Amino acid sequence: MATLKELAARGDKFTGGHRACAGCGATIAARQALLAAGKHKVVAGCATGCLEVVSTIFPYTAWNVPFIHSAFENAAATVSGVEAAYQSLKRQGRITENIKFIAFGGDGGTYDIGIQSLSGAMERGHDMLYICYNNQAYMNTGIQRSSATPRGCNTTTSPAGRKIPGKAQFRKDLTEIMAAHNIPYVAQCVIGNWSDFTRKVEKALDKGGAAFINILQPCRLGWGYKPELTAELGRLAVETCFWPLYEVEDGVYKLNATPKDKKPITDWLFQQERFRHLKQPANGAIVDEIQREVDQRWERLVRKCDG
Amino acid sequence: MMAGITKIDLARTGNEAMAYAMKQVNPDVVAAYPITPATEIVQLFAQYVADGEVDTEYVPVESEHSAMSACIGSSAAGARTMTGTSSQGLALMYEMCYIAAGLRLPIVMADVNRALSAPINIHCDHSDTMGMRDAGWIHIFSENAQEAYDNMLQAVRIAEHESVRLPVLVTTDGFIISHGMERVATLPDDEVKKFIGPFKPGTMLLDVAKPITVGALNFTDFYFEHRRALVDAQAASVAVIKQVGREFGQKYGTAYDCIEPYQLADAEYAIVALGSTCGTAKVVIDQLRAGGVKAGMLKIRVFRPFPAAEIAAALAGKKSVAVLDRSDVLGGFGGPVFTEVRSALYQKPNAPLLADYIYGLGGREIDMEMIGSVFAQLQDGTAKPDSVQYLGVRD
Repeated sequence: MATLKELAARGDKFTGGHRACAGCGATIAARQALLAAGKHKVVAGCATGCLEVVSTIFPYTAWNVPFIHSAFENAAATVSGVEAAYQSLKRQGRITENIKFIAFGGDGGTYDIGIQSLSGAMERGHDMLYICYNNQAYMNTGIQRSSATPRGCNTTTSPAGRKIPGKAQFRKDLTEIMAAHNIPYVAQCVIGNWSDFTRKVEKALDKGGAAFINILQPCRLGWGYKPELTAELGRLAVETCFWPLYEVEDGVYKLNATPKDKKPITDWLFQQERFRHLKQPANGAIVDEIQREVDQRWERLVRKCDG
Repeated sequence: MMAGITKIDLARTGNEAMAYAMKQVNPDVVAAYPITPATEIVQLFAQYVADGEVDTEYVPVESEHSAMSACIGSSAAGARTMTGTSSQGLALMYEMCYIAAGLRLPIVMADVNRALSAPINIHCDHSDTMGMRDAGWIHIFSENAQEAYDNMLQAVRIAEHESVRLPVLVTTDGFIISHGMERVATLPDDEVKKFIGPFKPGTMLLDVAKPITVGALNFTDFYFEHRRALVDAQAASVAVIKQVGREFGQKYGTAYDCIEPYQLADAEYAIVALGSTCGTAKVVIDQLRAGGVKAGMLKIRVFRPFPAAEIAAALAGKKSVAVLDRSDVLGGFGGPVFTEVRSALYQKPNAPLLADYIYGLGGREIDMEMIGSVFAQLQDGTAKPDSVQYLGVRD
């Protein structure tokens, strides 16, 4: 794996000057992914969403690699087309470079409106890495619920009201859905653990074939916290086992981090405005439910990793 | 037949003719999804790939939306890119079709015209491709399988021309052309290769030494200018369409233009039509002419860019004209062809009386008798100016 020193020497392929919020995790994900991919020539793509909007305001661009955005629900299909063009031109001897392909999409563009496009591209086995920067709601349009939004979360379309205390459903487990595609590489990452993310991006690209990384990305605006806490909230999601770091390589599950002392989910929840209403005693049962769900999912994952 | 070029005549369906044209174009990438009645195009092409007869990377996508998305990625990457679809499949693509044009990507698409749901129907009308009117594509109709083949080859040249760089839609009529067997003269492979030439993209994503950003966000300060550039590209395409059509004629015997007048010069009564109906109408016109009626037709081959001035000039001085529309503009004033033709004629000297006949929705048969009845109404005055009538429907 590239060392910090090596990464620092590579030069940013996702550059500063973009319009993201202070403390934005999505742009950290893009910058670190492209740094990690730095030994390769890379073409990137992105779904419509925060990352695309803040980074490509004409006539400016933050992308110092070839970049394509076409629409919201189709980053996987669009980049699969770029990759198909590469395979064709390479086979015909019309290009000689070795190129890798990375598609980015938020949880809206990935879990929800783009899941068909993603599933298709992964099943077809394009040589591409899809990175979902998962901030657990539609942040670009103003914090609406997605199927990645956790139970009990306050969003603008699952508001914590007087009768209904936030989102009623638990979040979809997209990482497992992608693992069920039996692609060469699937992993979960988090903002706040650069070395884990760097290693996994490197591995995904080196393995070749279709790969998927789901990186939990704290969103200052949507989650409601101080901008300096982005990395900290990512790490807490791992320490509470809400967002385990693991990978599925050729079907083999591996845990990449086991917290020494598993922290209660409230340590993570109550640092965020979006869960503030759960502090009310009347909502204690919901917090208990959330804790049980975290525990069950963690135990299931541990069993898979123990093989 | 031109000297030195031996055309090969074979019995082919419209779908076979289009798929064969695609094989000879040998695109770098085809991304497509099957749909009746265009399925054969995809199947035949997949077989060419499986048999190693083309260099194409074939992307068997999971939907038409992804088909056009992958085509956009491929074309932006710098690869010659083609696809095919019909009806609901095209409707699912609409969003991405606008983007393909907006990004100035020279994708060529074969579409087999089929009615849109509901009710679901698999037969011909033009409602699917008429939904593309505002998408920024060049839109070419074919009268028969031969034209479909010829149009597919010309479409590549038109789309990729440096002053155009727009996607092109080539259509046939569902089942009538797509599944009808006829004699189609095809060119030798090397002649097609010579005619279309190599693809020279303006920019390519795969040029990693020169990174570009495709699909940037435009706010109020740039969007309008980029959309205006699309208008200019559409306008610039007219000369290219004509030049490519002329060159095709010089080399291979049949020239093409945006419109095709048939017995129109001295006609008093005329119809305006698109696609396969024009073939039937030609027979009717011949019969009427034999009986002394000065009947004629204006066939519109290129619907986008709409050849308004040419149409106005071609119809000037006629006594009365009937537009045959194979789709409707629900809640509008007449079908899409009528609306455009009428707009082209407005405030022009010697504009004829113009009536609209909407016919053939969902594959309802249009026969010689029905076309004859339209001419009869033009002659006896029952075709009222600016009237919209429905032909062949039970009231």
